[in-house]
Amino acid sequence: MSKKDGITWETFADGLWRDNPVLVMLLGLCPTLAVSNSAINSLSMGLATTFVLISSGALISLLRRFIPRQVRIATYIVIIATFVTMVDYTIQAISLDLYNALGAFIQLIVVNCIILGRAEAYASKNPLGKTVVNALGMGTGFTLALFTLGAIREILGAGSLFGVDLFGPSFEPWVVMILPPGGFIVLSLMLLAFNFINARAGRKIEQSEGCSHAA
Amino acid sequence: MTGHEIRHQQTRTSPWPMFAALGGIAMLSGFLVVLVYQVTRPMIARNQRQAIMAAISRVIPGAVRNRAFVVTDSGLRPAKKGETGDIIYAGYDKDGKLAGIAARAAAQGYADMIYMLYGYDPKCRCIRGMKVLKMTETPGLGDRIKTDPAFVANFEALDARLDESGRKLAHPIVTVKHGSKRHPWEIDAISGATISSRAVGKALNASAQRLLPKIAPYIDTLRESKP
Repeated sequence: MSKKDGITWETFADGLWRDNPVLVMLLGLCPTLAVSNSAINSLSMGLATTFVLISSGALISLLRRFIPRQVRIATYIVIIATFVTMVDYTIQAISLDLYNALGAFIQLIVVNCIILGRAEAYASKNPLGKTVVNALGMGTGFTLALFTLGAIREILGAGSLFGVDLFGPSFEPWVVMILPPGGFIVLSLMLLAFNFINARAGRKIEQSEGCSHAA
Repeated sequence: MTGHEIRHQQTRTSPWPMFAALGGIAMLSGFLVVLVYQVTRPMIARNQRQAIMAAISRVIPGAVRNRAFVVTDSGLRPAKKGETGDIIYAGYDKDGKLAGIAARAAAQGYADMIYMLYGYDPKCRCIRGMKVLKMTETPGLGDRIKTDPAFVANFEALDARLDESGRKLAHPIVTVKHGSKRHPWEIDAISGATISSRAVGKALNASAQRLLPKIAPYIDTLRESKP
């Protein structure tokens, strides 16, 4: 197996940091902003999206030679919608409270650009194993970004994490954080921090390369 | 690929692979969806039953069993499975005595409709509990109608007596400004969440005005029809 086709650590890890769907590709921001008002909501949304990402990617990758180019988008949407419906029923079976909290956003995973984007750009061109590993990485990256956003918003906006009170009654919750503007504020700060870290890391690499050349 | 080449290729492609791909995948999808639906249906139904039972025992203190009835113009009759309409639940305590009656109420809140269940106690002729079933009120403000202890305390004994004619409430249930509750039929609003608080009052008043006069003549029937 040549290195190009093999499954490497990067196949998985690209989604975590370098190509993180939320923080780098800025995809799927609608569910990201809408359901990240608490840690549990964002975690469930992340896991549901990861499941759809992996299973639809796997099926598309398996069928990639049979799907004619002209109808590929329609086919992808049908496949994605199938898995979303399955998730929808499963969440209802697990917990109605969670289902009510996530509201319409479970159904809206169908039109999440991350999933269609990965189907078109990756699953339709790569073998099953590689697609699944990549989808797992992308899903984990999405879940981590969403969970960080949700946890920050819940801690600041409600003074709790997973519904457990953190600061006691003297804490005055920063309500704006769980409201829609809070989502935009925290996401923009996360993007700022993310790009700052990346830029610094880039400078360090340049410097160390410069040093080694000098030596 | 240039535009000419694309056109050329399209004229050559037979439609059958497309039919086969779309048709095959649609069939596979249908199979998977039906499979998951069949597997999860009993679990979803059980969750919904549990949610209703939990809500009923929240609004009727002491209720452990319940029976559903439909309120019609000609009186009450036991509800059939899956029936819609004006459903009320008679809650019975562990000795089988009627502990209260739960009914639904709904009104437009600040963001969307607020749906709730409330418990009517025929002994004190008052509302003994209210639970929000579904809402999308602003977190931290309007959603306090569910959690604010002072607001929830409004529904420990909210007067819902009928007047002498028995066709309407003696005193309409109203939401009043925070801190100005004087009468047992008034709801003290949450300061900063007046619209949501008012919606709760409006919903309870509308539901109680409409349903309680119809239920009142049948309270004894409910007492006797143990689950």
